[in-house]
Amino acid sequence: MNPITPSRPLTALVALSACLLAACGQKDDTAAPAAADAAATVTIRLGHVAPLTGPQAHLGKDNENGARLAIDDLNAEKLLIGGKVAKFELLGEDDQADPRQGTTVAQKLADAHVNAVIGHLNSGTTIPASRIYHDAGIVQVSPSATNPTYTRQGYKTAFRVFADDVQQGSVLGAFAVTKLGAKKIAIIDDRTAYGQGLADEFDKAAKAAGATIVTREYTTDKETDFAAILTKVKSTRPDLVFYGGMDTQAGPMARQLRTLNIGAPMLFGDGACTVEFHKLAGDGADGHYCSLPGVPLEQMAGGSAFRDRYKAKFNTDIQLYAPYAYDAVRVVAEAMKQAGSVDTAKFLPALAALNYPGLTAQIQFDEKGDIKDGAITLYQAKGGTWSALETMGGKAPN
Amino acid sequence: MRLPSPGAARRHCTAQDTRRFVDILIQQIINGLVLGSIYALVALGYTMVYGILGLINFAHGEVVMIGALSALTAIGLLVPSGLPGPVVVLAGLLIAIPVCMAVGFTIERIAYRPLRNAPRLAPLITAIGVSIVLQQLAMMGWGRNYHTFPALLPVTAHKIGGAAITDLQIIIVLTAALLMAALVWLVTRTRLGRAMRASAENPAVARLMGVDVDRVISFTFVLGSGLAAVAGVMVAANYSIAHYAMGFMLGLKAFTAAVLGGIGNLGGAMLGGLLLGIIESLAAGYIGDLTGGFLGSHYKDVFAFFVLILVLVFRPSGLMGEKVAERA
Repeated sequence: MNPITPSRPLTALVALSACLLAACGQKDDTAAPAAADAAATVTIRLGHVAPLTGPQAHLGKDNENGARLAIDDLNAEKLLIGGKVAKFELLGEDDQADPRQGTTVAQKLADAHVNAVIGHLNSGTTIPASRIYHDAGIVQVSPSATNPTYTRQGYKTAFRVFADDVQQGSVLGAFAVTKLGAKKIAIIDDRTAYGQGLADEFDKAAKAAGATIVTREYTTDKETDFAAILTKVKSTRPDLVFYGGMDTQAGPMARQLRTLNIGAPMLFGDGACTVEFHKLAGDGADGHYCSLPGVPLEQMAGGSAFRDRYKAKFNTDIQLYAPYAYDAVRVVAEAMKQAGSVDTAKFLPALAALNYPGLTAQIQFDEKGDIKDGAITLYQAKGGTWSALETMGGKAPN
Repeated sequence: MRLPSPGAARRHCTAQDTRRFVDILIQQIINGLVLGSIYALVALGYTMVYGILGLINFAHGEVVMIGALSALTAIGLLVPSGLPGPVVVLAGLLIAIPVCMAVGFTIERIAYRPLRNAPRLAPLITAIGVSIVLQQLAMMGWGRNYHTFPALLPVTAHKIGGAAITDLQIIIVLTAALLMAALVWLVTRTRLGRAMRASAENPAVARLMGVDVDRVISFTFVLGSGLAAVAGVMVAANYSIAHYAMGFMLGLKAFTAAVLGGIGNLGGAMLGGLLLGIIESLAAGYIGDLTGGFLGSHYKDVFAFFVLILVLVFRPSGLMGEKVAERA
């Protein structure tokens, strides 16, 4: 169920007026320097879309901060594109993790003729938006959408720097059965494109590895009460409970699992592999497992430096996808540099053929626009943090 | 890293299966009772106001949210003091109650009293307006993020047969029962309660008899808001989460509970709340099996509203709606 809150018209109105103001401000900003030395600089406007309001606002802000950090770095480096100094600008938009809002802001960015889009965060918003960007000839790089459909619609403009659910689901399924020895598995998902997609892939992989799926239960991405479905899960006596969804549900769910005296651990995908999960789960956090495409931040070559710079700039810790949002901006900039142009027609082939040592991995795209050899790391919750267990697949930056 | 596998040797024993089925059923009913107690407390706020004014105070869910968030803020400030957990939560509750009462009083004064003699649609629209305003103010004040309720209360699970219930859940059910009993006593046994009942029955006559109807109405709002504050703290403590939009769905469910029981009727709100909680839990637990997997557990809300429709078709005034004399 997706309750339509009465606040929506007002929120939309406020958002709209804020956007209008922001857009006006943007124009004033760019007008002055552009006029001063128009010959020497080229302005690149990158759209960024993620939920900045609602339950996933903390993740959305994290993505935006990652992108912002990349843009500040690029502007400081005075990158030359076609002999001109590149000046990057970020147009941050809020899609509220809502597919309808996602297409609205996508259309807005298309109308603004941005040079490329970084986003969206959720698969549910990324997929419908990708068509709008494709039709408008705008390159889109998602740092976090994992549903396979995104890159399988035949859109040459769609890229992602993150392993998809087919890869993640199969690793999780194999891990659950062979490493954790789970024979009876209960699966819950939040009925979003992401949660359902990941749960389906996990379902397939776990069955293929020899486990039995004892029950499949469903919730929504707004729910906080899981007592009833967890009781149902309890009745099937699973060895493991898999949840496909985000941390805002995974946290309370892990906590309620403990109050219902269910001893089985939970396994999550990337959406719950966050710092916030520990806060929300409280003392019910320990012992659960999650997977995250990519390698742990500490194992990235510039990982700890990135974390320190992020903390210094935004005065908060990285939640989840910020390094990937950073790389998403960097690969677009690199492709533009190599092509010597900010036109999609020119830099799109360069992006498709890119081989770039990013922060998170050596980034190369396959013919669909997915990252080649995406690594996936498994973590276990211990003492208030996720500690890395093992990394499967993937290539470190050269 | 290999997991212990309980029940590796799976036995097919019918007696055991039956016992397990009963255990799970009991667990679902406990889940429903906890949820239903919270619904009932909130539903009382709707039903009391409706009983006297014939108005649906759609902003009531937002009062619950303000109760949860203001308690959370107070608790956040008190945690460093090192007081024991339950004391801190109680202090948070004692701060949230007057805050909510003030909010409820203000809502009535600003949004409803000036429209006392306006067509019935007008106060309904202001009610929705107040709900939006409160939600947006809370978003500005408390931010858009989910706030977590610190683990201050014992959540040790007690076993009842195969079912589990935590201390916190026992406290929630008992507190709700105690508050409801106190409310019934207040309405049926005190002078003020008599004034409330009189105002509900016929405000004009009550006024002629010397009842200060405006004061009674203010008091009703204050009382309902106090209960909402308690419900808000219960929700936040039980699910360890609070955010600015939490009041909307909760308010809608509680309103449903009030209608289910017969709006305007105190006993009806309590019965409706408990029933709705239990229906939801059972629906989420069994709907998949009953429909052969056609409908999943995420349809529990649909199921709850479906039951409401059925009740309204066959008993338009709700389950206990006909006892007009008990209206308060």
